Amino acid sequence: MRHTISVLVENEFGVLSRISGLFSGRGFNIESLCVAPTMEEGISRMTLVTTGDDRILEQINKQLNKLISTIKVVDFTGEDYVERELALIKVNAEADSRAEALRIVDIFRAKVVDVTPRSYTIEITGAPAKINALLELLRPMGIKEIVRSGPVVIGRGAKGVTG
Amino acid sequence: MELTGSQILLACLQEEGVDTVFGYPGGAVINIYDDLFDSPIEHILTRHEQAAVHAADGYARSTGKVGVAIATSGPGATNTVTGIATAYMDSIPMVVITGQVPTPLIGNDAFQEADMCGITRPCTKHNFLVQDIRDLAQTVKEAFYIARTGRPGPVLIDLPKDIQVHKYKFKYPEKVKLRGYKPTYAGNSRQIDKAVKMVLQARRPVLYVGGGINLSAANEQLIKLAELTQTPVTTTLMAMSGFPQNHPLALGMLGMHGTFYANMSVTECDLLIAVGARFDDRVTGRIDSFANKAKVIHIDIDPTSIKKNVAVDLPIVGDLQDVLGKLHAKLTEQTDAVQQLIENTADWRASIAEWRQSHPMGYKSSDTVIKPQFVIEKIRELTADDAIITTEVGQHQMWTAQFFQFRQPRTFLTSGGLGTMGFGLPAALGAQVAFPERQVIDISGDGSFQMNSQELATLVQYRLPVKIAILNNNFLGMVRQWQQMFFEKRYSQTCMELPIDFVKLAEAYGATGLQAARVEDVEKTIQTALDTPGPVLMEFKVAREENVLPMVPAGKAINEMVLAS
Repeated sequence: MRHTISVLVENEFGVLSRISGLFSGRGFNIESLCVAPTMEEGISRMTLVTTGDDRILEQINKQLNKLISTIKVVDFTGEDYVERELALIKVNAEADSRAEALRIVDIFRAKVVDVTPRSYTIEITGAPAKINALLELLRPMGIKEIVRSGPVVIGRGAKGVTG
Repeated sequence: MELTGSQILLACLQEEGVDTVFGYPGGAVINIYDDLFDSPIEHILTRHEQAAVHAADGYARSTGKVGVAIATSGPGATNTVTGIATAYMDSIPMVVITGQVPTPLIGNDAFQEADMCGITRPCTKHNFLVQDIRDLAQTVKEAFYIARTGRPGPVLIDLPKDIQVHKYKFKYPEKVKLRGYKPTYAGNSRQIDKAVKMVLQARRPVLYVGGGINLSAANEQLIKLAELTQTPVTTTLMAMSGFPQNHPLALGMLGMHGTFYANMSVTECDLLIAVGARFDDRVTGRIDSFANKAKVIHIDIDPTSIKKNVAVDLPIVGDLQDVLGKLHAKLTEQTDAVQQLIENTADWRASIAEWRQSHPMGYKSSDTVIKPQFVIEKIRELTADDAIITTEVGQHQMWTAQFFQFRQPRTFLTSGGLGTMGFGLPAALGAQVAFPERQVIDISGDGSFQMNSQELATLVQYRLPVKIAILNNNFLGMVRQWQQMFFEKRYSQTCMELPIDFVKLAEAYGATGLQAARVEDVEKTIQTALDTPGPVLMEFKVAREENVLPMVPAGKAINEMVLAS
C-alpha cells in the first residue's frame, strides 16, 4: 500500500543521507522524496512516498523516529489531507497542435510559462493523478522533457504539524 | 579562558569522567596527541586502529562505561569501521574520535581523507562532523549522552585538523539539545498490568533473555522475577553472563547451537517473555516455527526491535530495570495467584527436566586427544567467578558459550551480532585495563587469533596480564564444520596448512608461551599460565575435526537439531 509520510528533521549536515541511507540500507521502497526548510528555525520538512505492508510501514515509522536527527514522523495514510505535486512539461507545439495544447492546458487549469515557435512549457499543480492525466493527453503531441517535484502533503483542518 | 580545539576535546573527556582512551596517532590528530602528552588521561597505544576500538569496546562491555578510541584520518579512520560496526551490532556505548583533513580541504580528495560520516552512518548510533570550534564542546557532550542512553551504541566524532587548533572559550555545556531524541525508560503501566495477567495465566512460560539484560544492569530484577514465578530462563549468546548459568532455572543458550532443552522449551512454550532480545536469525531458526504455540511479550528499550521479526502480542517499551522491577513488584502483591501459577507450571518444569535428562549438554571425552570443550571446562574450574572471558568468533566461541557456565554479569565479552574474528584479544586488553586485578582470558581459535595477534605487543608494553588460550585445530573450524555437514567435506580454503609456532610468536613479543599437546598437560598448562605474571599465550593442540553440537542447520526450525551422538 502507498503511504505518504512527513518527517520533520534537524536541518543539519548529512541529514538527507541519513534518511535515504536508512531506506536503501533496510530495503524499504522510496518513490519520491522532497525536502525544504520550514518556518521553524533549524527544521526541515521531508515528504516521502513509500510502499509496503503494515509490518514494513511500522518499521519505517519506527526506524525514522529512531534517527537522532528526526523530530517528528507523521504518516498521512488514513488521514484527511491535501496532496499536491508540481510538474513542468515541455511539449511539442507546432502549427495544428498549438491550439489543441492550449485547450488542454485550459481544461486542466495549467499555465504556459515559456513559449517558442515549436514548443510550450506547461506548469501544472495538482494531485499526482491529475498530472498523470494531463501527461496522457499531451503524450500524442510529443513530450520533450518533464520534471516533477514529487508530492507534498498537508493535513486538512486547523491543526498544524510543527516540531 | 580560551583553549584550542584539542584542549577543549580533552577537557570534555575529563568532564565525562574518561580516564583511559585507546588509540593510534597520525597527522590529523597530532595536536590531540600533543595535548595528551600533558593530560592526566591515560592513553593505551594499540598496534592497529581496529584493535583500539575493540579495546575500547572491551573496556565498555566489562565496566558499563563509555569506551573511547582515537584514530587519525583516512586509513586510521577506516580501520576503525569494523570495530565500530561490532559495537553497533551489540549496542555497546562508545565514542570514537577520528581526525579529519582541515575543513577547507574536505571533499578535495586530500591526503588521508575519507568521508567518515558517510562511511559510518549505517554502523553508528549517530555521528558528527565538527565544522565550527564553537560547536565542539556541545558535540562531545551530546556524543556521550547519545552513546550511553536509551539503547546504547557507538557515536563517531570526526574532528578536522583546523578545528583542533582554533581557539574558543571553554565551558562544558550542562544540557544536551536533542529535540528528536528522548528514549523511553519507564514502561507503560497498563501494558505491565496486562503482562502480569498473561504471566499468571501461563502454563508453559519461558523467559528469553538477550544482551539488554547486561546493558541495563537488570540482572537482579531478572533473577527475582524468575525465582518468584519459577520461570525457566534461556539466554542468547549476548546474555550468557546475564543470568547465572548454574541457577536451577537456567536453560543455557538457545538457537543454532543452543541446548536441546532450551530449544524444546521455546518450541513448546505457551508464553514467551522476550527481555532485551531481538529475535536474531541465529536464535530463531526458521521464523514461522519459532515459539509458534506461544503468546509473546516483548520488553525492549528500542521500539524498532519490537515486531521487526516476529508478531508480538504485548509490546512494552522501556528500560529492563524499570519494567522487570515493576513486573516483580506487581506480582509480589498477588501471593495466591503466584502460588497458583507455580502449581500450574509444575508439569512444565517437569517436562523440561526430562528434556534436560534425556539430552544433557555434553561431548565425547577422550584420553588420547585434547577435546576443546575439556579445555574450556578446565579453565572454568581453575578461574574465579569474576574472571572476564573474551572470545573471538567460531567454534571456540560457541563451546565457550555452551560450557563455561558464567556466573556474574559482564564476564563474557564476545562479538555476537557482527561476529568479528579478531575481537577477543583487543577486547581482553581493554577489560584488563579496566580491571587490572581480575583474571582476563581470551579463549581463541588459531584462525581468529591471527587477525589481531599484533596486540601481544600492547599487552607486553603495558604489562597487562591477559591469558590467551588458543584452541588450535589448524582449521577455520566453524566453516570446516559447515563444509563437512553441508558441502560433502570439501574443505575449501579452511585448512590452515602452515603450522604456526605460537610459543615462539609469544616469545618474540616478550610474552610467555606455553603449549599443551597431551590431555594430561591441559590442567598444568592452565595453572602455570594463571600463576605466571604478565601476558601468557597457551596453545592447546585440540581434536581437529570436533564439531559444535547441537546444531540447527540454517533454515530449519530450532527443534530440528543435529544432536551430539
